Amino acid sequence: MSHREGQPNLSPRYPGYDVLAKRDSPSWNSQTRRVIDQRLAVGPDTHHFFSDEEWPTVRAVCDRVIPQPQDKHGRVPIAALLDEQLHHSGTEGYRDARLPPMREAWKQAVRALDAESLHFHGRRFHELEALQQDALLSRVQHGDVHDKAWETLPAKTFFEDRMLHDITRLYYGHPTAWNEIGFGGPAAPRGYVRMNFDRRDPWEASEARPGREEQARRENARIGSN
Amino acid sequence: MREYSDDEAVDFAIVGTGAGGGTLACKLAEYGFSVVALDAGPYWRPLEDFASDELHQGKLYWTDERIVDGDNPLQLGANNSGKSVGGSTVHFAMVSLRFRPEWFKARTALGYGVDWPIDWREMWTYYQEVEQTLKISGPVRYPWGPPRPRYPYRPHELNAAALVLARGAEALGIEWTPTPLATLSAPRGLAHPCVYRGMCVIGCATNAKQSVLVTWLPRALAAGAEVRDLAMVGRVEHDRSGRAAGVHYFREGQWHFQKARNVVVAGYAIETPRLLLNSATDRFPHGLANSSGLLGRNLMVQSNQAVWGRMDAEIRSYKGPPSLAITEHWNYTDEGKDFFGGYCYMSQGPLPVVWAETLSGQRGLWGQRLLDEMENYNHQVGLKIVGECLPQERNRVTLTDLKDQYGLPVPRVTYSFCDNDRRLIQHSLQFMRTALEAAGARDVWDETDDTCHLNGTARMGDDPSNSVVDADCRCWDIRNLWICDGSVFPTVGGVNPSLTIQAIACRTADRIRALAARGEL
Repeated sequence: MSHREGQPNLSPRYPGYDVLAKRDSPSWNSQTRRVIDQRLAVGPDTHHFFSDEEWPTVRAVCDRVIPQPQDKHGRVPIAALLDEQLHHSGTEGYRDARLPPMREAWKQAVRALDAESLHFHGRRFHELEALQQDALLSRVQHGDVHDKAWETLPAKTFFEDRMLHDITRLYYGHPTAWNEIGFGGPAAPRGYVRMNFDRRDPWEASEARPGREEQARRENARIGSN
Repeated sequence: MREYSDDEAVDFAIVGTGAGGGTLACKLAEYGFSVVALDAGPYWRPLEDFASDELHQGKLYWTDERIVDGDNPLQLGANNSGKSVGGSTVHFAMVSLRFRPEWFKARTALGYGVDWPIDWREMWTYYQEVEQTLKISGPVRYPWGPPRPRYPYRPHELNAAALVLARGAEALGIEWTPTPLATLSAPRGLAHPCVYRGMCVIGCATNAKQSVLVTWLPRALAAGAEVRDLAMVGRVEHDRSGRAAGVHYFREGQWHFQKARNVVVAGYAIETPRLLLNSATDRFPHGLANSSGLLGRNLMVQSNQAVWGRMDAEIRSYKGPPSLAITEHWNYTDEGKDFFGGYCYMSQGPLPVVWAETLSGQRGLWGQRLLDEMENYNHQVGLKIVGECLPQERNRVTLTDLKDQYGLPVPRVTYSFCDNDRRLIQHSLQFMRTALEAAGARDVWDETDDTCHLNGTARMGDDPSNSVVDADCRCWDIRNLWICDGSVFPTVGGVNPSLTIQAIACRTADRIRALAARGEL
């Protein structure tokens, strides 16, 4: 499969760990394989919910909330996953009374971010330098916004309850992120055996503690065959 | 599965199949009553339907729109609301605790809240029945409260996160124990013991979890009950004499009406008042069973604050059930408190999505700071309370003018902590911080804003003027209308509610059988 090609996980913490190497092991059942395959098949520019006009702003926002090098192996298409989620569902079981419905909130936020950017920089959000984008997002996080586009969208509440929430969960629901943090990933039906301090099963990520980087690399390379 | 037609008036139409409704459906069917139990969610087959994936398993939760406000707007959905046959027990953390006996007389014995109309000794019998039914794994000797029988199954092995709790408790000189859990520590029938996959709160894919879905409901079907899934009940109808006549439900694209001689509402503390409020008529203009004006009021969550820190050792708390160790010290100790009520605290095992939501939501982390902090995932460790919140009439469920996909009014859920709630939280955070640091954690921080569980919007009592149902979960206003879920709790105590909800359902079934035998239904 395509995700098995190219550079391995270069995360210094769990070098060489690839949770997808367990795909055909007893840690994955068929329904999990189906679900993860679908997620991995989402292309980075697929969008049905956001318009072509909105799309570069959404991508830029996702790139700042979760910075990923453009050439990263297994780069997570967060914006496309966000688009897919909003396309399929507009509710998650609760909505702060101060915020519009989820879909409307995102549409308003894209407009407001661009308006705020034009207001201060004369350019749209995706045209700013990364540091300028971070500064602008930080002001949104603290409610320090000035364009009237925010009048119907409380900036701070949207930023923390909606924007961070939606983006971070999509990233950490992806195998690439599991590799970076050493999460075991799917685990049915096999589960785990060793539960005590500093114990790992042979099918768990090995951490590169100082002095044992090579050992970790060797152990992580064997995970798919355990 | 036996099936009933809409026109066949069944003895009991039960709305909801979670800890309350599912348990009651089983018991009533076994007592010989005809039962149709309706649930808005699907009837899952975990072995085939459940993936090891946090995002995909969102299909278990009640994600229909609900508006939240108040000083402390609640998080619902994945946090505390299920939309599945088996209800929230399909994704609960399996923590199965008895109330402290005094809580059933909180006002008389402890000076706060309100008394329950049920005696704790009677509840002790029903707790035992539920613990046996679920084959709860737990310690031989429970450190707190009056003697209880040993748990049916042995305790689970502790993971590192649980051992941290034990270390902290022992350093501070308080007792702790392996948590009584509703997941198998030994084989049972065709079910294997828990494999320590750690994904309990997104649905157990191996059926080790003893949810209502795999315990009470198979028995219910064997006894002749019908479980009707994907059936959203929108209104309870009454006849000209003011007695409940059946339920209107939406299934397969259209509305139906199931006739029934008794209706039980068991939708948990938001859907239950929502349904009864939406069933208002000229005769009952403020909703069914609401002559007291208390329907929808006294909504009680439980405080769910935590302290988190980092250990030098690898913890990998994603392995095993998330809360393998517990201390109820502050539920049973009254000295040294500047607040009413109590709390327990447990070890924690958040999966990556929930952990990322915690770091971004509680600390506002994003960008490289979030990525760096997430890299410590396998070293983080936490202690989290289930804390008692006091009943307040201002915390309530009402209806908005918005409509959902069924055309039913979207509920509004209003919640604010009171001063006592805040003092309890402050006490717990200080104590747990000391415990976590004593266990060797560094960089400890407080998670100050979280809640869990939903109770109290149709309280039981002795007096029709200040309660919605009597001790038998029978509505004062409409005697063939019953409410059997966490809504009936007058107070919530400092433990997870599922065991108590199931115990009340068992008691209600026994009372219904006794009343029927006397011709008093």
